[in-house]
Amino acid sequence: MLQAVIADSHWAIILILLPLAAAVLCFLYARAANIIGVMTLSALVLSVAALGWQIRETGVYHHAIGGWEAPLGIGLYADGLSLLMLTITAVAGLGISIYATSYFKQQDAARFWPLWLLLLASLNALYLSADIFNLYITLELVGLAAVALAALTGGRDALAGAMRYLLATLLGSLAYLLGVALLYHGFGSVDIAILATQAEPVPVLWVAFGLMGAGLALKMALVPLHFWLPATHASAAAPVSALLSALVIKGAFYILLRLWLEIFAPHSGGAETLLGLLGSAAVIWGSLQALRQTRLKLLIAYSTVAQLGYLFIAFPLSTMAGAAVWSAAGYLALSHALAKAAMFLAAGNLMRFGGHDRIADLDRVVQRLPLTAGAFALAGVSIIGLPPSGGFVGKWLLLEAALTQGRWELVVVIILGSLLAAAYVFKVLGRAFTQAPVCQKARAVPARMEWAALLLACGAILLGFLAPFILPLMDIGDPFSASGVQP
Amino acid sequence: MSSFSFALAGIGLFVLGLHALIVHAHLLRKILAINIMGSGVSLVLVALARRGGDALPDAVPHAMVITGIVVAVSATALALVLMLKLAAETGSATLPDDSPE
Amino acid sequence: MNWDAWIPLLVVASSLLPGLVIFTLAEERIRLRTGLNLFGALTKLALVGWMFWGVYNGHHFETRLPLLPNLELVLRAGPLALLFVSLSTVLWLVTTIYAIGYLEGSPHRSRFFGFFSLCVTATVGVALSGNMITFLIFYEFLTLATYPLLVHRGTEEARRAGHTYLVYTMIGGALLLLGTAWLYSLTGTLEFTPRGFLSGLGEEHRHALIIIFVLMIAGLGVKAALVPLHGWLPLAMVAPAPVSALLHAVAVVKAGAFGIVRVVYDVFGVDFATGLGVMEPLAWLAGFTIIYGSLRALFQDDLKRRLAFSTISQVSYIVLGVAIAGPIATIGGVVHLVHQGLMKITLFFCAGNLAETLGIHKVSEMNGVGRRMPWTMAAFTIGAFGMIGAPPVAGFISKWYLGMGALEAGQSWVLLVLAGSSLLNAAYFLPILHAAWFRKSPESWPHEHDFGRKETAWALLLPPLITAALALAAGLLATLPFSPLEWAKLISVREFYRP
Repeated sequence: MLQAVIADSHWAIILILLPLAAAVLCFLYARAANIIGVMTLSALVLSVAALGWQIRETGVYHHAIGGWEAPLGIGLYADGLSLLMLTITAVAGLGISIYATSYFKQQDAARFWPLWLLLLASLNALYLSADIFNLYITLELVGLAAVALAALTGGRDALAGAMRYLLATLLGSLAYLLGVALLYHGFGSVDIAILATQAEPVPVLWVAFGLMGAGLALKMALVPLHFWLPATHASAAAPVSALLSALVIKGAFYILLRLWLEIFAPHSGGAETLLGLLGSAAVIWGSLQALRQTRLKLLIAYSTVAQLGYLFIAFPLSTMAGAAVWSAAGYLALSHALAKAAMFLAAGNLMRFGGHDRIADLDRVVQRLPLTAGAFALAGVSIIGLPPSGGFVGKWLLLEAALTQGRWELVVVIILGSLLAAAYVFKVLGRAFTQAPVCQKARAVPARMEWAALLLACGAILLGFLAPFILPLMDIGDPFSASGVQP
Repeated sequence: MSSFSFALAGIGLFVLGLHALIVHAHLLRKILAINIMGSGVSLVLVALARRGGDALPDAVPHAMVITGIVVAVSATALALVLMLKLAAETGSATLPDDSPE
Repeated sequence: MNWDAWIPLLVVASSLLPGLVIFTLAEERIRLRTGLNLFGALTKLALVGWMFWGVYNGHHFETRLPLLPNLELVLRAGPLALLFVSLSTVLWLVTTIYAIGYLEGSPHRSRFFGFFSLCVTATVGVALSGNMITFLIFYEFLTLATYPLLVHRGTEEARRAGHTYLVYTMIGGALLLLGTAWLYSLTGTLEFTPRGFLSGLGEEHRHALIIIFVLMIAGLGVKAALVPLHGWLPLAMVAPAPVSALLHAVAVVKAGAFGIVRVVYDVFGVDFATGLGVMEPLAWLAGFTIIYGSLRALFQDDLKRRLAFSTISQVSYIVLGVAIAGPIATIGGVVHLVHQGLMKITLFFCAGNLAETLGIHKVSEMNGVGRRMPWTMAAFTIGAFGMIGAPPVAGFISKWYLGMGALEAGQSWVLLVLAGSSLLNAAYFLPILHAAWFRKSPESWPHEHDFGRKETAWALLLPPLITAALALAAGLLATLPFSPLEWAKLISVREFYRP
C-alpha cells in the first residue's frame, strides 16, 4: 500500500511546490517562519528519499506538466544525477535551516525564510528541468533569490557584495540565454533529450557552448571569472554564505554538466582541455589565495574557488572514463556541500563568539568552543581530502582516473591542491589552540548553532564510508554514459 | 531586411551592453547596460524565429521573450533597490573598489 | 553469525567508542573517564588475547567492509598484525595508567584522553590493515589524532612544533597516497599478500615500480623518522611525556616502521624488491640513520631530545633488518619492533617521572638522582642497557639476529654499523647512568614535588617498572613460545620459506 503510494506519487512536483507554498506561508505568518521552514526542509528530505526510492524501483522519472510536452509545456525529469543534486540541497539545506532558526533575530528571520524557501524551490526546479529554457528561468530565479539573501543583513560590505554578485549573475544568465537562442535556432528544440539526438558539430553549436559555458563559469566563479565570489560569500550572513557556497554554485555546475553530457561532449572540439586547465588554475590559485588570507570567512570563500576547480578537472579525464570520473565529481560536489556549509556555519559561530573572524586572534576556541572547532576540523578533513571522508573518496577516484590515463599534470594538481588545503585548514586550527595576545570578551553561542555545524561536518566524514551505497544511486538512468562516447 | 540582420543587430546590442557594463563605474549605467544586453538577446530570439520564406514565424521564441521580459523586469527592480541602498550606505552609486578587509 | 569476522573491527572499536564518549565528558568526571579508559584498554587486551588464542587454533579473523568501487576496508589478524597489535594494546594500557597519573589536575583532560584513544584506534587500525588502502586510511587518521596531542599545551612553541609535524606528515601522506594510487592503477589490487602481489607485473613497469617504492618509503619514512625526514621528531618533544612515549614507542614512529615492513614484505615482496635493486639503498639509508641519530644524541643535554635522537637511530634497526633481505635479519628487524617499543617507552616514562617529580629536564641535572628515585632509575637503567644491546635485555636479541642476518646475507658492513652504534649508544647512555648512580646529588632539585614516603606517584612509577620488566622478560625468555622472538621467527618463515 505504502509502496504503491510512494511509487505513484509525483515527488518531483512536491519538491517544487512545497517550498514555494512554504515561502508564501512564511511571508504571511512571519512569527511561525522558523517552524514552517524547518518542517518544510524535513519534509523535503523525506520527499527526496521517496523520489530516490521511486526512481530506483521504476527507473527515471519523466513528466510533462498538464500533459504539455516541451517546447510549449514544462517537462520534469529526474535521474541519478538530479537525485544527487536534490539530496545535496535538501540535506545541507536542512542543516543550514536548523542553524538559521537560532542565528537570525525575528526581524531578519521574517525576510530570510521566504527568500531561502524560494531559492530552494528554484534549485529543486532547476535540478528537475528537462529543457534548457526552463533551466534558464530557474537559474535566473536562483540567482535573484541568492542575491537578495546576500544583501539580507545590509551594511556596506554585504550590499556591495550582493550588487557585484547580481551583475555577475545577470551577465552569466544573459550569456546562457543567448546560447539557448542559438541552440533553438540551430536544432529547433529546447528539450535536452531532443537536442542530444539532433546536435551536430556545426559552428552554431560551438558558439552556443562557448556562450553558455562562459556564462555558467561566471556563475560558478571559475578562475579567472572568480572576482565576485570571495567578497560576496565572505560578507553575507553565515547561513547565507553557507547556502551560496554549498548549494547555489552547484546549480550552475549541474547545468554545465548536463549540457556537456547530453549535448556537447561528443562534439567538444577540445573544450575539455581548456576547462581542465582553468580548473587546475582554480585549484592552485584559489588555494594560494586562501592561504594568504588573514580573515577566516575570506579564507573559506577562496577555498570554495579552489575546490570547485576539482569539478572542472573531471572534464579532461571524462573523455576516457566518463562514468567513473563523473561519479567522483558528483561525490566531491556532495562532500564539498556538506563540508563547506559546516565551515561557514562554524565561522559564523566564531564571529558570534568573538565578534570578529581574524584568524590570528582565534584565542583558544578549541577549549572555549569545542564543538565548533571540531566542526571546522572535520569539515577541513573532508575539504583536504584526508581519509576517511567524502572528500577522500572523491579525490581518490579522480586520482585513480588521472593515473590510469597517465595525466601526470592533473595528478600533480590534485595532490598539490590537497596539500595547500591542508596548509590553510591547519593554519586556522593551529591558532585555535593558542592564546591570543589580547584576551577578548566572548558572547555565548547557542548550542543549536554549534550542533548544526558539527552534524554537517560529521556528515561529510560519514560520506567516506557510504560510497558503495551512494555511487550506484547516482548511476540511475545512466546520466554519465554519454560522455564516454567520443568521435 | 532579412531576419538575419535583426539577429546581427541583437548581437550588436549584446556586445555594446557588455562593453558598457565593463567600462562604466556608475551602477545605473551598469544596470542599463544589462538591460540593453537583455534586449539584444530578445532581438536575436525573435529574429531567428522566422525560418525562411513565407512560413509563419515560430511562436515558441516569442513566448520565451515574454518570459524573459518578466525576468528582466524583476531583476532590474532588484538591482535598482540594491543600488539605492548602497548609495544610501556609501554616498555614491558605484561599487567600492576595495575588497572587505 | 560468524563472530570471527567481527573481532578485528571490535578491536578497533574498543578504543574508538570510549574515546568518542570521553570527548563529551565534563572535565570533572574523573572517575567515569578513568573507568572508560581502562575499560577500553582492558577490553582491547581481552579481544587481542582472544585473537591470539584463535589464530593459534587455526581461526581466521578478518573483517571486510565495502569502501570504494572494487576496494574494501579489510582488517585482518595475521602474524605480523598480531605482533604489532599486541604491542600497542599492552603499551596503551600501561600508558593510559601513566597518563592518568601524569595529567592529574591539569586542564582539558577530556580532550586529551579522547584524542589519546583515537590515536590508539588509528595505531591498531594500522596494525590490522589487510590492504594498502585500509593502511593509508588509518595512517592518515593517526596523523590527525596525534596533532591535537602535540599542541595540547597551546603554547606558541607547541603550535610551531605541531606545524612542523604537519608539514612533514602531510607531505609524507601525499607521497604515500600517490604511490598507493599509482600502484593500484597498475595492479588493480592492494591486498597484502605474503611475498607481495607484484610478481605478475612485466619488465616494462620496472621503472614505475622503483619510483613507487621510493614514494611509499619516503611517505612512511617521514613517520619512521628516516634521515633526512626526521626533522619533526626532536621538535615534537614539547608534548606531554605520555604523548612522547606514545609517539616514540607505540604509535607514530612505529606505524612508519611497521608500514615499511608491510610494504617490503606484503606489497613488493623481499625477492621482488631485491630484484628491483631498491633494498640495498634502503639498507644504506637505515645504516646512515642509525649512526647519524646516535651521533646527534651524544650532544643533546635535554634528556627528552637525547631520547628523541636515540629513537631516530633505534627505529632504523627495524628498517635495516628488513632491508638486509634475509630470513635471520628479518627476525632481528621485526622483533625489534616490539623490543624498541618496550625499552623506549620505559625511558620516556622515566624521563617524565624525573620532570614531574624533581623538575629535571636536562642530563646535566641528573647527578645522584638514582638515590632519590631508585626505582625509576632502575627501570631507566634496564631500558638504557637494552638500547646499548647488553644481554640479557631484549635489545641484545635484536642486535644479535641483525648481526647474524647480515653475515648470512653477506653484508658485513652492517656489523660495523651495529658495533659503531652500540658504542655510541653506550657513550650517550652510560654517562647518564654514571651520573645518576655515582655522582653526588645537589643540595636541591630544580622543582621538587612532595609525594610523601614514595619516590613518586604510583601511577607514574608502576608503568616504567612494568615495561622494564617486560623488556627484561622479552630478552630472558626469548625462546619460550609466544615470545616476540618466536613470533618474529614465524613471520620470517612465512615470508621466506613457506610455499
